[in-house]
Amino acid sequence: MVNLTIDNKKIEAEAGQTILEVARENGIVIPTLCSNEALEPSGACRMCVVEIKHGKRTRIVTSCLYPVAEGLVVETKSERVLAARRLVLQLLLARCPESKQLKEMAQDLGIEPEPRFTPDKDSSKCILCRMCVRTCEKVVGVCAIGFSYRGAEKNVCTPFKEDSVSCIGCGACAYVCPSGHIEMETTDSGDARKIWGRTFKMKTCKVCGRYFAPEDQLAFISRTSGVPVEDLAVCISCR
Amino acid sequence: MEQKVKEIIQQYSGDKSYLVPILQDVQKEFNYLPKDALCAVSTHLSVPISRVYEVVTFYKAFSLKPKGRYQLSLCMGTACHVRGAELIARNVEDILGIKEGETTADLEFSFETVGCLGACALGPVVVVNGEYHGHMNIAKSTKLLKTLGKKVGTDDNQD
Amino acid sequence: MTTKIKSFDELKSVQGRLKAGRDPKKPCITICVGTGCLAYGTQKLVDNFREELAKRNLADKIDFRTTGCHGFCERGPMVVIAPEKVFYQRVGLADAGEIIDKTVLKGEIIDRLLYVDPATGVKVVHEDDVPFYKKQTRLVFGLNSKVDPESLEDYLAIGGYSALGKALTGMKPEAIVQEVIKANLRGRGGGGFPAGWKWDATRKAAGEPKYVICNADEGDPGAYMDRSLLEGNPHLVLEGMIIGAFAIGSSQGYIYARNEYPLAIKNITLAIKKAREAGLLGENILGSGFSFDVKINRGGGAFVCGESSALFASLEGRAGEPRAKYTHATDKGLYDKPTNLNNVETWANVPFIIERGADWFASIGTAGSKGTKIFSLVGKINNTGLVEVPMGTKLREIVFDIGGGIPNGKKFKAIQTGGPSGGCIPEKYLDMGIDFDELTKIGSMMGSGGMIVMDQDNCMVDVAKYFTNFLVSESCGKCVPCREGVRRMRDILVDITEGKGREGDVELLEKMATAIIDGSLCALGSSAPNPVLSTIRYFRDEYEAHIKEKRCPSGVCKALITYSVDAEKCTGCTVCAKVCPTRAASGERKKAHTIDVAKCTKCGACRESCKFDAIIVR
Repeated sequence: MVNLTIDNKKIEAEAGQTILEVARENGIVIPTLCSNEALEPSGACRMCVVEIKHGKRTRIVTSCLYPVAEGLVVETKSERVLAARRLVLQLLLARCPESKQLKEMAQDLGIEPEPRFTPDKDSSKCILCRMCVRTCEKVVGVCAIGFSYRGAEKNVCTPFKEDSVSCIGCGACAYVCPSGHIEMETTDSGDARKIWGRTFKMKTCKVCGRYFAPEDQLAFISRTSGVPVEDLAVCISCR
Repeated sequence: MEQKVKEIIQQYSGDKSYLVPILQDVQKEFNYLPKDALCAVSTHLSVPISRVYEVVTFYKAFSLKPKGRYQLSLCMGTACHVRGAELIARNVEDILGIKEGETTADLEFSFETVGCLGACALGPVVVVNGEYHGHMNIAKSTKLLKTLGKKVGTDDNQD
Repeated sequence: MTTKIKSFDELKSVQGRLKAGRDPKKPCITICVGTGCLAYGTQKLVDNFREELAKRNLADKIDFRTTGCHGFCERGPMVVIAPEKVFYQRVGLADAGEIIDKTVLKGEIIDRLLYVDPATGVKVVHEDDVPFYKKQTRLVFGLNSKVDPESLEDYLAIGGYSALGKALTGMKPEAIVQEVIKANLRGRGGGGFPAGWKWDATRKAAGEPKYVICNADEGDPGAYMDRSLLEGNPHLVLEGMIIGAFAIGSSQGYIYARNEYPLAIKNITLAIKKAREAGLLGENILGSGFSFDVKINRGGGAFVCGESSALFASLEGRAGEPRAKYTHATDKGLYDKPTNLNNVETWANVPFIIERGADWFASIGTAGSKGTKIFSLVGKINNTGLVEVPMGTKLREIVFDIGGGIPNGKKFKAIQTGGPSGGCIPEKYLDMGIDFDELTKIGSMMGSGGMIVMDQDNCMVDVAKYFTNFLVSESCGKCVPCREGVRRMRDILVDITEGKGREGDVELLEKMATAIIDGSLCALGSSAPNPVLSTIRYFRDEYEAHIKEKRCPSGVCKALITYSVDAEKCTGCTVCAKVCPTRAASGERKKAHTIDVAKCTKCGACRESCKFDAIIVR
């Protein structure tokens, strides 16, 4: 166990935890944009920055990655922290002026857009939080999408920006996307869904008859787990 | 093509950590990185194609499009910049009708700017297919392009 | 050298034999074939010499050696003739025969090839008297002129690998680490972190295997010291790495070299092969029981890969994105194993420290910065090249005494150190001694050693824009402050240079700078604002002229300048009209010309071609 201070509150925490985890457990709110419990932290958005003091030096670090330590003093709302967070959100608002979620967060945090940043003209809502790619790689294990290019040209796409060959239509990327950028279309009857340029036929549950998962996804799970496809054709409610 | 890719991968013992040098060798072989070659790399090196694509587009050395017969690299390092490389870049772009990083439609010329060639005493420097041309200026860059066969508009200005 | 040297004693006797076999009185022609000199066409001169020596049947009577960079790049091609060390510069590519016949065989000096000191008008005959060299302390770099980088024998003949022998057979690893700590060798790649502490931390870290890496990515534009060291004396760098590996307890090393350095890669690859064959690398080095080998990997063209965790990613075959985690590379670096990463020049200093001792090394330099540093002195400078001076040497000395001052009678304005992560230093600090900490105090940094000199014709806002633009294209794109913040800074700078700057822009840039420094994931982002901040700090008046008066005082920013002809100076030679691509410049022969501002694209061709200084740019 380690003893640390967050916003003048003395806290006891388990060694190995991050400042963010400990803060959340103790009701201290730190905003995040690229954090997800199912994924390893990436430290990409920099919203969760805090100011730490260990000995004489103070430092700005991302709370999602910084491990707690004995005697650590953390401030989650110091001037430097607020200035960094303000800039991050202002930059993202200029990048994705159409994003409802960003506008809401800005309102919550009392951050106004910076008028000197001309909003980007393309209507992309991607904030490059990396959750979709991390999910597809580590949780689903398919690697259908990835990053390309670098800097301001960096974007998430399928290889060669072509219709995906390896996507299994699971929709996990659309589910985790925090800004509504990744869209998955489903037909009215639910018999098919479209994502990453491909249309996926949905399988019906052999118990209740409802469409519940893409055939490609079940085939993938069958291949990797060894369980025959037929045994997988039961939806969650019927299991 | 697949066979050549396999040979190149063999030279690096199929070690995934040599992805970048492998891609450089493949590019040298085919003058650019054709999609099929990249798929072959992905298959034979056991690296997901999404990662191969990420690496190819991340690093400046790689080109997904064929390069021109004459590949011009203009150094835009700081020393060359302060000696006026920017003006030379604009001149070359004007004459060739392309922007840096592009290739002319007839596949004759590719023009790119590079970070630093380390030949600062000769700055500004243009390298054409490995041959260095130092002490460049606007007039010399026009002359160089003419020598390489590019017809230049100001020819009719001569009296 | 195809038989392995099996002990330090055997090494000493091989060195002795090789040295004895070299008659110091025998004539020797040395030519620099570093990349810079090759760009002058020196290969033709080399071929010319070989031909002429063969023609005269002198190949075995006169030694001929091609070496790496000598540093005086402004004056290449260069030939030095031993034993007198006659120094010839700007040698013609077909001058070989004349040089052999006159100087080598008869001792006659060819006047036109001598260096003339512009300050005194005196012709300098001997290499050691050339002011450019004389005022330097060419401890590390000076060895370049003594060895053919393709020859292991050359390196052994000058005592190479003695430090390795001493370390392996006479010192304990912990003692070697202590020696490097005592010497206070600070990283030469930019960070200036004490190398000894890094070695110590890696040595003590838990985990196997441990890796030792040489960072030869040298991304700062305008800096080419590492290239010249790796090209010119690869064994020196290799020796340093092997000693380091022994001290740290590593058996696997990597050299990560920039793709844009093919000659350096070729030479280090060959050096590794030869060192292995000689038992100086690989299994059971010099019979000591210590085994260590080195692999070479290449970069793909990304400045960010100079950052250690991005370098590791690239070495692992991935895109060069830095790691956000708060772990030290010495604990978890390459493949999450303890890794010691040092720069080329840092490794090159190690054999000297081991051979001559930490106290000797620490006697050179200042209190906080020991030893010498190699700088690339480039830009608006007469003697462009690589210079090596003790830490603490005044900037003024480097620029004026060694560098020969500013060409064309122009006035010094600033010197940029530290590359895109550094800052511009104005004239008032010219008497500052070069020192890691002193440079940081004034808003710049040592960086890898690039020194770009600027004069009155350089616009400092344009310089800030240039560096910021560079960083925008090199940002990996992972974190918001760098990817989005630096490009917004660039956009504001572009506006300012185009006359669209607004009141409050400078203050906004300063505010953004702080947040970007605080929020960025890696050092690329957190140092990106430095060029902007340092130019605002020392040249705020230029920013204000651009913003308030829509004026570029240095005559650089196209949108804010006008080209016109000075009627009094114009002789009507018509050269400007001939080179003008839009027929904006025109006039009758022998009459003052004019420039039609409406047609003028400000391409600069007329200014460049006018021999009478009659083009006014304001």
